[in-house]
Amino acid sequence: MSDLIFESPAVPLSTQRRPYLLPVGASLAIGFLLLVIVAAIAPQLFAHSDPLAIVPREAFHPPGWQHWFGTDQSGRDIYSRVIHGARLSLFVGLAATALGMGIAVVLGLLGGLGGARTDRSVGWVLEILFAFPSLILALLFVAIFGSGVGPLIVATGLGAAPGYARMVRGQVLAVRNAGYIEAARALGHSTGRIISRQLLPNAMRPLIVTLTMGVGQAIVWASALSFLGLGARPPAPEWGTMLSMGRDFIANAWWLTFFPGLFIVLTTLSTTVAGRYLQQRLEGRLP
Amino acid sequence: MTTTPLSIASHGAPRQRLARLGQRAALRLGGGLLVLWAVATLTFFALRLMPGDPVLAILGGPSGNPTPETIAEVTREYGLDKPLVVQYGLYLARLVQGDLGVSYSQHMPVTRVLAEQAGATLELTLSSLVLAWLLVLALTVFTAGRRGWVGRLASLAETLCAALPHFWLGIVLLAVFAFGLRLFPPAGSDGWATLVLPSIALAVPLAGFIGQVTRESLELTLDQPFILTARTRGLSDSAVRFRHALRHAVLPGISLSGWAIGALISGAVVIEVIFSRKGLGRQLYQAVQAQDLPLTIGISLVVAAGYVVANILVDLMYQWVDPRQQEALA
Amino acid sequence: MSQKTLIVEDLNVEFAGQSVVRHLSFTLEPGKTLALVGESGSGKSVTARSLIGLAGEGAVVRARRLSYGGVDLLGLSERQWRRLRGKDIGFVLQDALVSLDPLRPVGKEILEVLETHHWGDRPSRAARVLELLERVGVPEPALRARQRPGELSGGLRQRALIASALALNPGLVIADEPTTALDATVQAQILSVLQGIKAEGSALLIISHDLAVVAQLADEVLVLRHGEVVEQGPMQQVLTAPRHAYTRSLLAAVPAEHARGTRLSADRNQIIAPVARHIDQPVVLQGHGLGKRYVGPDQQVRQVVQGVSFALRAGHTLGIVGESGSGKTTVARMALALLDADDGQVRFLDQPWNGSAPARVVEQQRRPRRRDISVIYQDPLSSFDPRWTVSQILADALDVADTPVAEQPARIRQLLQHVRLPAELGTRRPLQLSGGQRQRVAIARAIASNPKVIVCDEPVSALDVSVQAQVLDLLADLQAELGLAYLFISHDLGVIRHVSDEVLVMRYGQVVEHAPVDQLFEAPQHPYTQRLLGAVPRLPGAGVALKVPPVEPENAVLLFDESRLWKIAI
Repeated sequence: MSDLIFESPAVPLSTQRRPYLLPVGASLAIGFLLLVIVAAIAPQLFAHSDPLAIVPREAFHPPGWQHWFGTDQSGRDIYSRVIHGARLSLFVGLAATALGMGIAVVLGLLGGLGGARTDRSVGWVLEILFAFPSLILALLFVAIFGSGVGPLIVATGLGAAPGYARMVRGQVLAVRNAGYIEAARALGHSTGRIISRQLLPNAMRPLIVTLTMGVGQAIVWASALSFLGLGARPPAPEWGTMLSMGRDFIANAWWLTFFPGLFIVLTTLSTTVAGRYLQQRLEGRLP
Repeated sequence: MTTTPLSIASHGAPRQRLARLGQRAALRLGGGLLVLWAVATLTFFALRLMPGDPVLAILGGPSGNPTPETIAEVTREYGLDKPLVVQYGLYLARLVQGDLGVSYSQHMPVTRVLAEQAGATLELTLSSLVLAWLLVLALTVFTAGRRGWVGRLASLAETLCAALPHFWLGIVLLAVFAFGLRLFPPAGSDGWATLVLPSIALAVPLAGFIGQVTRESLELTLDQPFILTARTRGLSDSAVRFRHALRHAVLPGISLSGWAIGALISGAVVIEVIFSRKGLGRQLYQAVQAQDLPLTIGISLVVAAGYVVANILVDLMYQWVDPRQQEALA
Repeated sequence: MSQKTLIVEDLNVEFAGQSVVRHLSFTLEPGKTLALVGESGSGKSVTARSLIGLAGEGAVVRARRLSYGGVDLLGLSERQWRRLRGKDIGFVLQDALVSLDPLRPVGKEILEVLETHHWGDRPSRAARVLELLERVGVPEPALRARQRPGELSGGLRQRALIASALALNPGLVIADEPTTALDATVQAQILSVLQGIKAEGSALLIISHDLAVVAQLADEVLVLRHGEVVEQGPMQQVLTAPRHAYTRSLLAAVPAEHARGTRLSADRNQIIAPVARHIDQPVVLQGHGLGKRYVGPDQQVRQVVQGVSFALRAGHTLGIVGESGSGKTTVARMALALLDADDGQVRFLDQPWNGSAPARVVEQQRRPRRRDISVIYQDPLSSFDPRWTVSQILADALDVADTPVAEQPARIRQLLQHVRLPAELGTRRPLQLSGGQRQRVAIARAIASNPKVIVCDEPVSALDVSVQAQVLDLLADLQAELGLAYLFISHDLGVIRHVSDEVLVMRYGQVVEHAPVDQLFEAPQHPYTQRLLGAVPRLPGAGVALKVPPVEPENAVLLFDESRLWKIAI
């Protein structure tokens, strides 16, 4: 006779949480992202023509067999431009997010782990950074330091940093007050060990989701800046720049803006879907 | 010594709630002023980082050709030959008086430019925010927590909307509804018709984002025991959702609205350019292109100030909806 | 005065193909009280909700007959249900803090019932709200009606919740665990309110896991287990002469009725061999004049603990009992030196352990000694790192005890065996375990470093009665085997009576009485202790009548939740 009476888990009175995103969606998203990454690393696998080659007599060809996505005002093949643009856009997105996250982790950890005074100072810095809407901050940065890919990355990263920092700080604070941290202290672990082995891993885990979605957002911002002519300059095959180049021809040659825009949307959509899927998997493990 | 009972039940009269709100507003306003001062200071020092001669930048950028007299005059006026501290003092003094310098690309005081352009941007930002919230409520209140395809479809729609870049949406709307179907004017800032497409372009992605957050919050709320209690009183499902759940569910959304206003202002820059609308966003863009520093700084500062005020208002609204901070001990 | 009878015949409820309630039948007449008793997963709550048509989405409710006052409840449309709810049938949930809308004043909540059913006009509704609050015994009703649940004490909130269920004088009132999560004295008051409802002629259906509470109110008792009725009959008979083995085991598991040293579960006749409990055992943990202050956000200083002294001997159990806000949790934290003492000092194994200035103890010096004292919490799940498996949790504890990594797997198996868990559980995560299993893992972690003292902070409060019995037996066995001393914190007098050698009664941060367990329970000296003991419901046959303490002004005062007061910083 068992000593244990196994308590059956209580039947929930409301239905179980239904996952909104079928794994189908998540696999499509992740699949697309992988394709984009491959395109960024080795664009020649997908496109064979030179994205910068000017062929004036083939200007404004609509999408067809020779040019899948059509050609732009100088006869450049849009399809190969979009593929080659993946590298630039992805690079900017990743770099900006990395920069933003880097700043955010430093600030967030200081605020979350330090004493009350450090936290207040960090809170102050964040409020100041936050006082500027992200694009304004980016514009200001570009105004002072000029346009180009480098300032673009820094500007986008700076714009994202305050939001991430707030999140990091919130996470660190939440974990710091968690029951298992107190239990670890009661066991007799040293502070250093608790921070490195338990606090940091637990605090940072949910941020993986934010990072994933953040890359998509960074790509959008960077494209917005390029669209305004303040990022990668034409005729660079960056998606935002392509949108700005094709803007004047919307009425007659819709394909100049449609395809780069589509790729921006699909990439952002994929990062969002993949991020949400990660979040659900993560939450399935957390209490 | 006798110990007193450890806390005293508070009297939640509405008058006291207002008093507390007022206190909090004053505190936040003071903090906001401090932030603005810090922002202005940072901007001042950032300007000094710029390569090149500040006098030329103020006077006309690389294309201007000021006379030596003008140079001397500006140098004196801005105290550019004096120590940094004095310059800073002059700068602050001018700011406090409302003098933001003269925009050379527009040939008028920056403050006048702002006065002319701010209204349109404010219009756009507010209408987009309102539209976004209407979309959120319409999409989430009835579809949250339901089994079957309705909830899933709505959630998918939200995810899709949140992923749409607003400038791409703007271009598409322009192409389809303005040039294609000719339903709305493609440019201009007068009348409500010009407000429609730009507002939609800004509101839809925001609605997707806030909608996701609100939906999750609504579902969590609907699982709470007090919702069950409300049902046991005989309330219908919609009454339960609107009268009880909604107030709780919108809290995260309200928190986000502060950030959302910033995102809308950011978005307004691009949207105003696309739709050729009057507004601070487009002005800022043109100022940056023309390297018109006084105007750039001026718009940025004003936008920052407005954003700080907006955040304070959002914070107050949150307090009003959920006055529970004082009960942290219970 | 209602003449409606509730008739239930062969009720079956299914969720997604799984049967949750089977073949349930009973009749409830006006003026009578029926109790559904069972542990978690027994189906009692689902039954209650099915009677009001709120079993949940996806529930399939079938019965041969289900009617109230002649109305067939099986065929009702949602609209017809809504007319019934709140008006003919009232429902009271547990824990008013979450069962009332936290953002609305309680007066509005009560008003809502009246508005929904279009009762009276505005002024008469307002008057009725005040009338109802008075009826359930809320002092200063006009003031309280404007306050939100968070601003009221536990007892007042619960009364307000009951008031909202009674608003339209329903003939049937269903109460789902109405007294759980309440202090003993408050619980007694709520019970008297429910008795009042009975007296006024309504039928009362009580759902509870607490047999003693049921004994105070019920005329008839149904015992449920895994969705089926195992016993049904008049209260006196079921609770004094049960026929079914499960009912007998439930009664046997109630700690208050069983002396120290007897088992509560399984083999009840076997006495646990006690470690020689002499008074000349060395004192392992003692506190002198402990005090702790808390400065609130309004800059007001509150004395949370004052002048508390105690002495714990090896192999003994010292019980600390008190209601919420009494300071007992804070004392536990100070005993563990997780909180610095503002006044007084703690000595552990005859060395300074925790002291106020100038006798402060530095954490660096203290840390190596922490392996000799452990802690078990009320909610073990939140004390586990969410990423870790059971083995990892135990390995982490073994690291502190300097067990070499190579030896750890064997030691982990040993520990699991000690707490009677199968070794395979090592690879599972705490989320996949039941409440009782989690607590056993927490106990295993606590004994991993071979401590001398274990501080138990409400370790069984969140467990079902039968699981509680097993855990208490386990703790007793371990104490006998390993010579452990326990500092046992609880609000449950019955548990304290069962486990302790000596008891400290705390109130408002001070010790009001300190005595050996038998002396305290048989001849309490302090009026508060007497009141407390009188307010605890006992099973029939215990011979002690329930005494309802009056609503004192202090009971209306907000006492705070200690567990949220302190942030244990690292």
